[in-house]
Amino acid sequence: MNNNSESADYRHIKLEYKVIMDLIPAGSSVLDLGCGDGDLLHLLVTLKNVRGSGIEIDEKAVRKCASLGISVSQQDIEGGLSDYGDKSFDFVILNQSLQQIVKLEAVLKETMRVGGKVIIGFPNFVYFKSRWQMFFSGRTPVTPSLPNMWYDTPNLHFLSISDFIEYCRKKNYRIEKAIYLDGNRIIRLFPNVFAQTGIFLIQNGN
Amino acid sequence: MEPIKAAENGEGIGLVEMKHFAFAYPPNELLLESGEKLGPITLAYETYGQLNKDKTNAILILHALSGDAHVAGFRPGEKHPGWWDNMVGHGKAFDIDKYFVICSNVIGGCMGSTGPASINPKTNTPYGLDFPFITIKDMVTAQTHLVHSLGIKKLLCVAGGSMGGMQVLQWAVSFPEMVHTAIPIATTARHSPQQIAFNEVGRQAIMSDPAWKDGNYYGHAGPVKGLALARMIGHITYMSDVSMAEKFGRRIKEDRPDKKFSPDFEVEGYLQYRGDNFVKRFDANSYLYITKAIDRFDLTNGSSLEKVFRAASTVNFLVMAFKSDWLYPAYQAKEIVRACKQAQIDVSYCELNSTYGHDAFLVETDEQEHFIKNFLRRISDE
Repeated sequence: MNNNSESADYRHIKLEYKVIMDLIPAGSSVLDLGCGDGDLLHLLVTLKNVRGSGIEIDEKAVRKCASLGISVSQQDIEGGLSDYGDKSFDFVILNQSLQQIVKLEAVLKETMRVGGKVIIGFPNFVYFKSRWQMFFSGRTPVTPSLPNMWYDTPNLHFLSISDFIEYCRKKNYRIEKAIYLDGNRIIRLFPNVFAQTGIFLIQNGN
Repeated sequence: MEPIKAAENGEGIGLVEMKHFAFAYPPNELLLESGEKLGPITLAYETYGQLNKDKTNAILILHALSGDAHVAGFRPGEKHPGWWDNMVGHGKAFDIDKYFVICSNVIGGCMGSTGPASINPKTNTPYGLDFPFITIKDMVTAQTHLVHSLGIKKLLCVAGGSMGGMQVLQWAVSFPEMVHTAIPIATTARHSPQQIAFNEVGRQAIMSDPAWKDGNYYGHAGPVKGLALARMIGHITYMSDVSMAEKFGRRIKEDRPDKKFSPDFEVEGYLQYRGDNFVKRFDANSYLYITKAIDRFDLTNGSSLEKVFRAASTVNFLVMAFKSDWLYPAYQAKEIVRACKQAQIDVSYCELNSTYGHDAFLVETDEQEHFIKNFLRRISDE
């Protein structure tokens, strides 16, 4: 982690956000897809002076973004991206929303078009505790990063860290940096087994 | 009678006063988009709150088709407050403790500004159809004179719904140096065929009334039947299926006259009541001129919306639409948002839940207040 970790404000931020914030140089332009309540964007705007905007479909979340003074469009990610020109932003963030997108490939392609660099964070489906639950109890796993029951989940895609790395290779997306987390710890060994979350900084390979 | 009591008690804004600003005296008449000249011009306007020393806290509110300069508070002797009283006042969305709020009646109107019912200085009779065609841009150009006369170089915000929203967009792209932020609500960057169609039916209702007399009815009752009918059609488009069902259901009217085809249902009575009331305060020719200006409104002007919005790249936008508004559907707001994004303009967009249809922009003030307050706070903090 870089020197920013020393600041008082910075210490209370959850590790997942810190990791993403450290990937973004101060003053960058950032689009957060599925920005939720706008808390990550708010941190980026206030602590890293980014020019930030978000896309969020949920009206309540959009209301909260407004309270935080975040510039947000109440739109669906699938379709909303076509409004932006090529490389409109230094960074596009797709954090914890990729697994819920119906036309994922189309959205990823659009995301890569709109952003110079793209930050993608998602829950690792084959985290060891998930494997454990599946293998020994024969149940669909429920973990802190994938907390929903099978009958009540917004998630459509269940992928592993290895799946994503393989996908990037196939699509010629260059992985600039990958950080793996298990709650508040950074995982360095066997992330596909021990990490609950993968955060990737990628850009087009050519 | 309660509102009067409220005004007398000093609640809300209390009593407000209409002012007049006259300009464009010959030979400096206002050059209209049509190429014709108009002058002298009077704009009726009201102001609320205090202009700060640097004159940087002014907000211009722009009214819709049948609106006027009286946006909030009470005029002496009137029972009802201004048309956006829930939005403009102490601590409200447009907080008059912080901001200096201006609202002016458009040119072509009949609520104190120069319009077809005004006296033509060349003939000393009402203009009637001698009044030139005006456009949304002409309305805005006239307002720039008012704003300058108040010593204001740059407005903190221009805001309005429906036709007011069109003026907001026009302000932002034609006079971006005078606009810090823009809040277009329930509006479009160009009128659609369906929207034109409804307005044309309204105009035909007026013009087919024998009392219209080619607009030459001043001094007589005028085309009251036609204008009332135009208003009835308008009101249908301002509501939604759901809001009508909630408001009227299939309830039968009380005190029905014993006459065939007199109104049975409450909704029929309501529409007639709204139509009959409208003719007491609105001039039929103004209705023709203003609806024409709305129909001709097309910000793209043959170009693309993105290119047009590039002129407004320094303006911050908050765009709002309502889910049940079928007269100005959300897709039209999204076209504005899209153009902003393509032109790299800072834009926020929200699509508010409401069953009120197009009228929501006048009624759903709590939700609008949340977004407007926070937006203005963000801009003021910057």
